[in-house]
Amino acid sequence: MAKRSYTNEEIQRTANKIRKQVLKFAIERGGCYITQTNSSAEVLATLYLDVMNLGDSLGDPDGIPFPGVPGPDNMDFPRGSLYNGPTSAPYDRFFLSPAHYACTLYCTLFAVGRVSETGIERFNKDGWIFEQIGAEHSPGFETTAGSLAQTISVACGHAHARKLKGEEGTIWCFMSDGELEEGQLWEAIQAAAFYKLDNFVLVCDINGQQIEGPTKEIMNTQPLYDRFTAFGAKTVEIDGHDIDAIKAACRTEHPGQPLVVLCNTKPTHGMPFLDHRTERLHFVNVKTPEQIAEAKAFYDSME
Amino acid sequence: MIMENNVYSKSITEWGAKHPETVVLSADLGTSCEIMEFKKNYPDRYFSLGIAEQNMIGWAAGLAREGFLPYLHSFGVFLYRRVLDQVEMSVAYGNLPVGLVGFVPGLTTPGGVSHQSTNDIGTLRCVPNMRIYSIADATDIEGFLPMAYEAGGPFYVRMLRKSVPRLFPADEPIQFDHARIVTEGSDVALFTENIATEEGMKAVKVLQDHGVSVQMLSVSTLKPFTDPQVVDALKKVKYGAVTYENHNIIGGLGTCVAEVLAENGIGKPLVKVGVNDLYTHGASKMFLLKKYNVDAMSCIKAVEQLIGKDLGIDESEIEAVRFEDFNGVA
Repeated sequence: MAKRSYTNEEIQRTANKIRKQVLKFAIERGGCYITQTNSSAEVLATLYLDVMNLGDSLGDPDGIPFPGVPGPDNMDFPRGSLYNGPTSAPYDRFFLSPAHYACTLYCTLFAVGRVSETGIERFNKDGWIFEQIGAEHSPGFETTAGSLAQTISVACGHAHARKLKGEEGTIWCFMSDGELEEGQLWEAIQAAAFYKLDNFVLVCDINGQQIEGPTKEIMNTQPLYDRFTAFGAKTVEIDGHDIDAIKAACRTEHPGQPLVVLCNTKPTHGMPFLDHRTERLHFVNVKTPEQIAEAKAFYDSME
Repeated sequence: MIMENNVYSKSITEWGAKHPETVVLSADLGTSCEIMEFKKNYPDRYFSLGIAEQNMIGWAAGLAREGFLPYLHSFGVFLYRRVLDQVEMSVAYGNLPVGLVGFVPGLTTPGGVSHQSTNDIGTLRCVPNMRIYSIADATDIEGFLPMAYEAGGPFYVRMLRKSVPRLFPADEPIQFDHARIVTEGSDVALFTENIATEEGMKAVKVLQDHGVSVQMLSVSTLKPFTDPQVVDALKKVKYGAVTYENHNIIGGLGTCVAEVLAENGIGKPLVKVGVNDLYTHGASKMFLLKKYNVDAMSCIKAVEQLIGKDLGIDESEIEAVRFEDFNGVA
């Protein structure tokens, strides 16, 4: 069956829906990972609706109770990757590295119809799979990614394996800029270039924020374009809120090289009422009466 | 006693022939880890990941998740200490069939503290899903890969290289969670692993000459540690147990046996011989075993302490010990 194509307007509406759902959680629960959502909503919506070749979800749209951790007696439990469809070639696979984007990812799955309204309301509810910082059982997750910059190595192993087996399909890995400070990332890019993994794409959300504050003040990683290029990756740098630019960047030819798409983004994009919030933006609190009032007013104004 | 060379090299190369999904990963220590013969035979299944172990661990996890059987080779320290979080989150959590083949365990390297894995068992015993093995001789090596494959899941093994003794008959392969009963005895239970097995066998010969009856077990599976033979040995002996290991006395074989003693309510004393919870330095193996009281004489002294007797044993008696010659598989 031919894959449905989406217009930029539909993709933008999906991005807005992701934001709206996360803001709803923030209002109801005193805060949420809002800025990660604002910075990555267009990127994730475009990946899911246009760029990646994913099959239909095989996961339960309502979610399931926590099925246990992998172990000798529990290797066949429903994996979070089911929500991205079949994991076999020729389908693409999607690896989320910064597990703190879990809420954003769940809301993306909700916005693109892979998770139901019942399911998304189970975010961060005890005993369910929509955990605050996800693991292999959580919808959309392939790996246990909470310890940063480990997933890229696993994803590269998958890409390498597919090449060894002569299988098609692209391995997509999503990272955020704070975790680019980890040495393991650079080990992985070095090896991905060495093994000429042209079936591997790293998409980075460069929102310039990490827990203690602006990335450039905590540990500078720029110039990222030059660094990734020097490490042997085909690198493109775009406005991560420009849907056409995301589509084009992800389709950049990169024979014999991994592709890195650097998405420059803004942590308050799509929620201008947060522009004045100058405190730490890793987890945005919506607790004081003023914060709640301005968040609610904005929420009500959203489509 | 016959010494043999390239036992692991032959073993992994044969394994590669039988199992085409086998892939060998190296972090630039392949020449020190007996995998160059594998590379020669299967160049398209040998992957150099460079001196970048963190990435190598995750990369192996990805390969394993795609149906390959990755075996990672380096010095032990670089496969657990440097990369513990990667081992836990990328490999052990997923219970993935990734083999960590750790060479130069404990004091078997002159490389000094940075190269000496003296707390690998202790560190990895706390890692769920991880199987931990220790190799004592050439026969252990030959049966190891099939045994670990059957047991499944991720494993870490304290592997031996170069000139390795053949202490056990070649037709009696290593068994999962099943120690080798080296001698039967009724006074003291002696548990050994890795190179302490060879040294322990010397100690036992001398002890037997002095009238001490030793139930000696060479332990090759450190996790799980549920072999009923351990309980049987502990119950059977009169005085108690000695553990003798190429490892810190905390967290390793001594701790495993202590837990069994306590959990089974066996009220007998335990004397632990091993590295006495300190960092060590670089020198030859026998020099280090003596210096850190991990040699055969230290094992004898532990037995003496347990039975409350000074047997007046001289070092020359240990040096005079000769083992039976077991030939390898032709």
